[in-house]
Amino acid sequence: MEIDSSSSGFNSSNQSSGRGWRIYLFIVTAVIAVPMLVIFASLLQPFSSAWQHLFDTVLTDYITNSLLLMAGVGIGTLVLGVSAAWLTAMCDFPGRKILSWAFLLPMAMPAYIIAYTYTGILDFSGPLQTALRDTYQWQYGDYYFPEIRSLGGAICMLSLVLYPYVYMLVRVAFLEQSTAVLEASRNLGKKPWQTLFLVALPMARPAIVAGVSLALMETLADYGTVAYFGVSSFTTGIFRTWYGLGELTTAAQLCAFLMLFVFALIMAERWSRQRLRFHHHSAQKKMVRLRLKGWRSALAMSVGSLIVFLGFVLPASQLAIWASVGWQENLDGDFITLLFNSFSLAAIASVCCLIVAVFLAYTKRAFASRAELGAVAVASLGYAVPGTVIAVGVLIPVAWLDNQIDFLSTTWFDYPTGLLISGTLGLLVFAYLVRFLSVSLNTVDSGLTAIKPSIDESARSLGATPSRVLSRIHLPILRTSLLTALLLVFVEVLKELPTTLILRPFNFNTLAVRTYELASDERLVDAALPALAIVIIGLLPVLLITKSILNERFSNE
Amino acid sequence: MAIRTPSLKSILSTVLIVLAPLYSVASDEVNIYSARQESLIKPLLERFTEQTGTKVNLVTGKGDALLTRLKSEGMNSPADILLTVDAGRLYRAQEAGVLQAIASDELNSLIPSHLRSSDNQWYGLSVRARVIVYGKDRVQANQLSTYEALADPQWRGKICVRSSGNIYNQSLVSGMITSQGIIKTEAWLKGFVSNFARPPAGGDRDQIKAVASGQCDIAVVNSYYLGGMILSDDQSQQTAASKVALFWPNQQDRGTHINISGAGITKSAKNLKLAEELIVFLAANDSQEWYAERNNEFPVRETVKVSSVLESWGPFVADTLNVSELGRNNSAAIMAMDRAGWK
Amino acid sequence: MNKQLILDQVTVQYDAIAAVSDATFALAEGEIGCLLGPSGCGKTTLLRAIAGFESLSTGSISLHGEYISTPKRTLAPEDRAVGMVFQDFALFPHLNVRDNIGFGLSSLSSTDKSNRVLEMLELVGLVAVAERFPHELSGGQQQRVALARALAPSPQILLLDEPFSNLDAELRTQLAAEIRILLKKNKVTALLVTHDQDEAFAMADKIALLNAGKIVQIDTPYKLYHKPGSLFAADFIGKGTIINVGIDAAGLLGNNLGSLSINALPEDLGNTVKLLVRPDDIAYDEFSDTKLSIVSKSFLGPNYLYELALKDGQCVPCLTHSHIDIPVGDELPVRFDLRHVVIFNAD
Repeated sequence: MEIDSSSSGFNSSNQSSGRGWRIYLFIVTAVIAVPMLVIFASLLQPFSSAWQHLFDTVLTDYITNSLLLMAGVGIGTLVLGVSAAWLTAMCDFPGRKILSWAFLLPMAMPAYIIAYTYTGILDFSGPLQTALRDTYQWQYGDYYFPEIRSLGGAICMLSLVLYPYVYMLVRVAFLEQSTAVLEASRNLGKKPWQTLFLVALPMARPAIVAGVSLALMETLADYGTVAYFGVSSFTTGIFRTWYGLGELTTAAQLCAFLMLFVFALIMAERWSRQRLRFHHHSAQKKMVRLRLKGWRSALAMSVGSLIVFLGFVLPASQLAIWASVGWQENLDGDFITLLFNSFSLAAIASVCCLIVAVFLAYTKRAFASRAELGAVAVASLGYAVPGTVIAVGVLIPVAWLDNQIDFLSTTWFDYPTGLLISGTLGLLVFAYLVRFLSVSLNTVDSGLTAIKPSIDESARSLGATPSRVLSRIHLPILRTSLLTALLLVFVEVLKELPTTLILRPFNFNTLAVRTYELASDERLVDAALPALAIVIIGLLPVLLITKSILNERFSNE
Repeated sequence: MAIRTPSLKSILSTVLIVLAPLYSVASDEVNIYSARQESLIKPLLERFTEQTGTKVNLVTGKGDALLTRLKSEGMNSPADILLTVDAGRLYRAQEAGVLQAIASDELNSLIPSHLRSSDNQWYGLSVRARVIVYGKDRVQANQLSTYEALADPQWRGKICVRSSGNIYNQSLVSGMITSQGIIKTEAWLKGFVSNFARPPAGGDRDQIKAVASGQCDIAVVNSYYLGGMILSDDQSQQTAASKVALFWPNQQDRGTHINISGAGITKSAKNLKLAEELIVFLAANDSQEWYAERNNEFPVRETVKVSSVLESWGPFVADTLNVSELGRNNSAAIMAMDRAGWK
Repeated sequence: MNKQLILDQVTVQYDAIAAVSDATFALAEGEIGCLLGPSGCGKTTLLRAIAGFESLSTGSISLHGEYISTPKRTLAPEDRAVGMVFQDFALFPHLNVRDNIGFGLSSLSSTDKSNRVLEMLELVGLVAVAERFPHELSGGQQQRVALARALAPSPQILLLDEPFSNLDAELRTQLAAEIRILLKKNKVTALLVTHDQDEAFAMADKIALLNAGKIVQIDTPYKLYHKPGSLFAADFIGKGTIINVGIDAAGLLGNNLGSLSINALPEDLGNTVKLLVRPDDIAYDEFSDTKLSIVSKSFLGPNYLYELALKDGQCVPCLTHSHIDIPVGDELPVRFDLRHVVIFNAD
């Protein structure tokens, strides 16, 4: 592939091969965008009377609760993520290194699992409150204990589980910040915490916004937690309209509005930082961390440990305790199949996402014109769409396609092909691709920006062919990004529930599906084993990601 | 020297070759889309396979998701049977035209008419009742009578029930609309909702636990959840179950509201004979016994023995309303619940 | 005495290695000093120690009569009245020019603050671009903003860390002169760090030359150039070659280099010494009998710099007008003009 066809001179073979790649780019993007287009197309259908009912009754609730949820989780993940990033990137205290990777542990914990777990612990009939009542002889109504199953509870759960997204991105931003700028701030009279708020945070704004956006998109897509907590959000409203009222079109229209809202947010943020630049190019000096002493150091350690404890250690322990109750009967051949299924599905999906992401990232780099950038941006929007919506968006056109092929095949060849893609693993993997592509794409992209075109050109001038440039130069530099992209998608697919539920083939179950089935049947203790398996399997990639992040090129550890 | 772009042809052929092993050709197998959990149905299906040699393929999911899948797949859908956990979905499937009628005299004779569709498109396979459980130390059985009475002010702040998003509550209200009419039902809903001890949250077992711990005095739940808790390995669930008792509502008038789990054959079924065999198998004596007991439900056939836990609750009068009605009024029920503020 | 900045036996250590040892240096109020030396000599470390970013293992630093750094106590950077211009300017990218300059003025009332900012903008001539952001400015403009920002809080001393290294060559000399005028006019005490002698000569009143963490000489630029006190200084400062030459009993130099004026010490007579020969110590003399063979020549625009071979093979430099264009290999008639003779012992 020609790296830069525009500046390094034209000849006919460059141009035609460039065009070929560009066509593939548009084809791939179009295919990936289909599910979202299907959802948007629902807006073209007439709006049924169900809308009137929604307006009259629950729509305001849906919107209010969703907005409150977003505001709460936004603040929660912001505070937790930025504090964690600040502590591990800019300060030094005993235990900092451990906390650096421990802060990422909640990523292995799916939100709905942590919701179930904490409910089990903190609910009225749970061990904590029961112990309180027994100790103090209280009855119901005698004391105040915050209700876990509420909007506030949902906000806490989601914040605890989603802050690692903010943490990851902001930490890298802090480490990459020019030390000189921070020293300039101190030189001009600002104390360290003032420097944080006046300089470090504003400069890290793109990373903060990116991290919080990820967290908010996950929040909007979440169904398990809010449904379990009885919070009527927009997403539960979509499901209710679909399942309860039986109005798929109305539900799709609700989805479309949700997506429009998300896109509007993304646009607004982009526009607001048009003129600003956040990056300061400078020679990297050795990072001098702020050494914390005395009570400050103790505070840092306790706050950090508390966050990790609440976000991972406590729920994981509770799961382990529950799992130990019935593990002998639950750990059967069936369970091994589940393990295998979950693992291989996650592996296949992450590899596919990586291949497509690499293709898109390279093509974008080679032909960085508006059209290509726009196409790639569209392909990444799938992350903002809830899993169930994607499932529906994927199911409808693919089933249509299958039926068309079957029809044609029967008419022409008298050979009924039946359903080719629907109901196969391929469809499920495609849905994952649509949903998680942006995760791999962003990672590969940021890795690729480190390889300036001048590196390629100098290699070519030294006689390297394009393939050698890729294998000898790009691959080693990109290795970390590629691995991270692979692992991130792996963990996401492992935890994924709604899409898997809807699209999976016959006789195929995953750990997430099993956990959900058991938990929704209120058999939490039995659900603990597959849940714990998800967490443990997910831990390995998370730790590997941590290791690669800690060894980043600008790590200054 | 650029890397040559692969031609469209080569890509397509690669994709087809890769996809090829992923789809199987239907042979002597029966495919089921089931809203009933795997653990509650798979062993029975395995028994079927042992007895007849026919392989059964299962995919589980939420009823509406499966229905959507069936609808989009159309006549090429691989599903032969749709198995649900409530009548509403079966009714909806029927309305959507994805089921077909079976001419089975055997099934018609085995299963009571109010527990199957009137045009032979689907058949109930087990019965679950939505009952009242109450805290034994706070409430006397003689204080309870009907669902309707639960709207009385004496129960203010004393009732726990799960969200209106749940199909069982929707069916309950649906049935009420059919019997009482929409106006009376709406009036009842207002009173009922104002008696909630707390905003609906959690599942049926959580409601039972709330009654046991004193958060409320009464809950409306599906009978099999109570059964499940009584027989649970989890000590805390057993303890909670022991603190409550079951009450059969409306014994003096129309009877306790019931729902079914049931199955129908899809229009796209490739193996009609085998599918029918399977449903008949599920209605057979042994199967009924296992199917029902496994989940603490009641069998559809009155001649089949019930489990001991169910026996301990005593006999009861069930509503004989045809369960199709539960589906017919589902949307109206939801809208009424929304208007009454039942979250 | 009126010393603004006093460094006394300062040592800064990184683990076992002393980046700076026993540095002693002082600046009077209004004086512009310079720490000059090759990369890694410790000059930046010393500057950062004055700013408060490094701590001392021995010695002390005092500013305007108060101790700001001792081994026991290092006053925090934000509490020192020290202004600093960083090598890459370190402007806050998310703030415009006005806000950058006003950043250190939060103790002032808002009217006072905007007045001061305006004053600074006028001082550096950037009133017209006050609303722009750093990335919208040229390199020279960015440097001026950095200067204005550092001067705005009226610091006791201004530190400049390689301030011209990020600018084009032509800009450097011009800006160096401008900044010196500006600093002198406002009576600012300043300390500059650089590895470039031209900058040092253009800006500083006095220069401290550092090598491997030690200050080897403190002098005015003139004296440093013409009277380097060590081989290292002679090598580092200015262009020139060091040759071995014998001095006879009468004080005449071998190789027909002429007679020494004042600097020969009695013990040097009759010995071989090392002599520093600068390009301006040897002049083209059309009528001279001494002709030396040309080994190489470089064109410098207004001058040619020739490298000439002495009879014993050692080479010496010679700077001429560029219209004296003699090919390599031929001979150049020269006269030795050893007015500023610098001798070192031949060891």
